[in-house]
Amino acid sequence: MNCAESEILLHALIDGELDAGHSRDVEAHVAVCSACAGKLEAFRAMRAAMAKADLKQPAPARLRSRIEASLPSPSTRVAAPRKFFQLSRRMFFGGFAAGTALSAAIAASLVVTVFRNDHEQTIAGEVVSAHIRSLQPGHLMDVETSDQHTVKPWFDGKLDVAPPVIDLTAQGFTLLGGRLDYIDGEPAAAIVYRHDKHIINLFVARRLGAAHADARTETIQGYNVRYWSEQGLDFWAVSDVEADALDRFGQSIAAALGPRPAS
Amino acid sequence: MTGDAHDEHDRARRFRNAALPHIDDVFTFARHLMRNTADAEDAVQECYLRALHHFDGYRGPAMKPWLLAILRNVCNAEFARRGKQEAPLERDEAGATTEELPMWQEPQASPEAVLLRQQDDATIRRLIDELPQPFREIVVLREVNDLSYHEIAAVAGVPVGTVMSRLARARTMLRAAWNVAQGSTP
Repeated sequence: MNCAESEILLHALIDGELDAGHSRDVEAHVAVCSACAGKLEAFRAMRAAMAKADLKQPAPARLRSRIEASLPSPSTRVAAPRKFFQLSRRMFFGGFAAGTALSAAIAASLVVTVFRNDHEQTIAGEVVSAHIRSLQPGHLMDVETSDQHTVKPWFDGKLDVAPPVIDLTAQGFTLLGGRLDYIDGEPAAAIVYRHDKHIINLFVARRLGAAHADARTETIQGYNVRYWSEQGLDFWAVSDVEADALDRFGQSIAAALGPRPAS
Repeated sequence: MTGDAHDEHDRARRFRNAALPHIDDVFTFARHLMRNTADAEDAVQECYLRALHHFDGYRGPAMKPWLLAILRNVCNAEFARRGKQEAPLERDEAGATTEELPMWQEPQASPEAVLLRQQDDATIRRLIDELPQPFREIVVLREVNDLSYHEIAAVAGVPVGTVMSRLARARTMLRAAWNVAQGSTP
């Protein structure tokens, strides 16, 4: 990443709008570029100062009552709608045209896809699809074994990372095996566990849109999804187990990975 | 009670519950766009009128950006009607002394070289008001109205990439003006 890119993206970093991968790129750049590091610090300080100030300006009470009064209410409901518009057209901003470019503004197409919300949503949809696909006969596993020492080397050379493969039998999650999957066009490790009768797919890759160290849980199409970022890897656990069981699963993985580095 | 009247009342109630809680955000944005309290109030009134009128077709996005987008159109239409881009700055006592200073120009020293000091609310608002459009609205939507980049893009009708580059430029201008302001009031 060069300074020109960094000068734009560091704002997205400050605003929490960057995905994990781009955040790491910006952070790597400012670690070696003192000019950009200074800018990041300066803009962070300004943002903090603005957050500390009370910049919102409360609407005057008279404005609030003016608007309240012009809304149809039970006592005026029969005549209100027509009268409301006639009155206000006379009283305020007589020159406003009725048609607006509003829908165009709202529908304005958005081109950048590196941002948190979109990216997370895309990945969330994809991991759930991948989970459902994996439940079709013969799709669940490429390597079928409960031995973590067999699963882990199987991923060698198939991914640019060595995904952690952890035996959680003691915690009630049986390792079934693993497979290579593709999420958002990129290869990802899928590590498969069973809990009671339920299958859990744990997707692991270096950049998989989970920008937060703190785990988040969502329900998508009836499946629970828990995702977090740890030790430079993004994790997505998908299953139809109860959310609290999936939480325990995620916590067990995190515990097995060892303490989170202080930040 | 006729069914129509009941429907109208119910619709107004739903509109009130959904839209009125955002009135401070809408007013704040209006105040920064119009830079004058009386015009801002009229613009907010007109915004709520239009919003009610279009409420039946409203299917999202979130209510706050929807209202802010309407408000922005209201203000732009008013500027167009007046035949000029925007109203001159309304001065309050806090801003009286520095009108002639080009607050937003790039400073001699790089902005990050100066340690930033907290400014009072009125000063920060004045610094924002002195930013030229479209940089002013970007700062208000992000820092005050607390919208995401996607929401800002929808309100301003520009791609997210444009939001990002404008925000970078706007904050650079604001940071420079901030330094000038803290230099002039030691």
